[in-house]
Amino acid sequence: MTLLTVNDLWVRFPTRQGIFAAVRGISFELGQERLGIVGESGSGKSMTGRSILQLIRKPGQVQAAEISFQGRNLLDLSEREMRSVRGNEISMVMQDPKFSLNPVMTIGAQLMEAYLQHNRDNRQSARKKCIEMLNAVSLRDPERVMNAYPHEMSGGMGQRIMIAMMLIPDPKILIADEPTSALDVSVQRQVLSIMDKLVRDRGMGLIFISHDLNLVAEFCDRVLIMYAGRIVESCLASKLHEAKHPYTRGLLNALPRLDNPRAHLEVLQRQDDWMHAPLEQTQ
Amino acid sequence: MTAINVQNLDVWFGSVSAVRSVSFSVAQGQSVGLVGESGSGKSTILRAITGLAPDWSGSIQALGQDLHGAARDRSFFKKVQMVFQDPYASLHPRHSVDQVLSEALHLQGMDAISKRTEKLLDDVGLGPRFRFRYPHQLSGGQRQRVAIARALAGEPEVLLLDEPTSALDVSVQAEILNLLTDLRADRGLTYIMVSHDLPVVAHMCDNLAVMQNGSVVEMMTADALRAHQAIEPYTRELLAAST
Repeated sequence: MTLLTVNDLWVRFPTRQGIFAAVRGISFELGQERLGIVGESGSGKSMTGRSILQLIRKPGQVQAAEISFQGRNLLDLSEREMRSVRGNEISMVMQDPKFSLNPVMTIGAQLMEAYLQHNRDNRQSARKKCIEMLNAVSLRDPERVMNAYPHEMSGGMGQRIMIAMMLIPDPKILIADEPTSALDVSVQRQVLSIMDKLVRDRGMGLIFISHDLNLVAEFCDRVLIMYAGRIVESCLASKLHEAKHPYTRGLLNALPRLDNPRAHLEVLQRQDDWMHAPLEQTQ
Repeated sequence: MTAINVQNLDVWFGSVSAVRSVSFSVAQGQSVGLVGESGSGKSTILRAITGLAPDWSGSIQALGQDLHGAARDRSFFKKVQMVFQDPYASLHPRHSVDQVLSEALHLQGMDAISKRTEKLLDDVGLGPRFRFRYPHQLSGGQRQRVAIARALAGEPEVLLLDEPTSALDVSVQAEILNLLTDLRADRGLTYIMVSHDLPVVAHMCDNLAVMQNGSVVEMMTADALRAHQAIEPYTRELLAAST
């Protein structure tokens, strides 16, 4: 079942040097699966995630033939209608929990606000629901967490709280924009497996945006590789290491590997024709 | 000859002890990596060596010279230099590359500053056209190259690298790591590199120390790590998380 269809998406920013296109005519579909989007910084992967929720503010322009979610074209919705989609239907987890949580509200107050925003319920059962959710993301002692402020939490805890908050309204799609880049390697796996489990149990669609090829290969079903605002390659995550496009190969080879020591790492040689490359299907 | 010798180092921030009796030594021309998660005290060791963390006990020797407290003299900074994690934060936004490098050269008491500035830019693979640019006109990788050029201004013998590539893309990371490898081969530099990324440290360093909660849990060679000869459970855990 297709949850989301994106067709010919463009994101443009007017600059003094003329119009800059951050995303240039990309199309993809998302079902009940885990879709990874990888690329270097500036490749337009975050802009793609944000444009789905229409979080790109003026002077940025989003243009697409369609961004349809369960048969509705999100581009036709008013700002008010869009607000009921955000959170309720499609949620987003941002990179750094430090900047996404309100520093002067307790975690509990923020979670309950998010819950009550989307559900008519009294405060007691809201609180119970929030504690359940904190349990679901494996936070120890959720009662204490409810009464704590964000600065009392570590990065990994903060990110798990964000995931809990995003999952409370039970959305159909979760967009995770570099959810673990600010975390330690050891905590990364933990947070990812929690997210992974929740997404799978609820039959949600996940868009996982990251620059870490190995992480994406491990946690996603399908991967899109972006370069300069285009999707240059799309492949199954399990086949990522057999990818053909020279850009994907370049990214894979640039990583130092424990099992393959080399004096020098391979350096990516960029070619101009990648900018115009049509999507190569390697599925 | 040992370049850096650290014995029984303890570092405090107020009442918190961030590093607990750490000992290691680095021979000249060698490179040692410190790995661990955030809060394990790996950067703090570098800060104690350079005098940025004033409350420490134990002994630190740099190139045969005993260090005390937070004061370091000019000859120390001529021989030991540091490269920081975030190239966005470590360059003055209103100083051009030329100003940054010539100031560093001037402070190191070098002559023929203009010529040396050009040479430095050349050494880090930037070339003369970057000389009069400002940091905001450079990409992250180019900024890190400028930061490395600045550290090289006094022709140091030891470079302390604090997560030099963790703010960069993998493709740019490969370029910077290659640059550091070449510089070490050309100039016989000694590196102490801090990182949370095991493959990066194993790529750059001959020896590495795994840290947890302020102490070194295991010291081993990079080859032993590749051969899966890690003994401590924590090292195995890190290994499992990074392959």
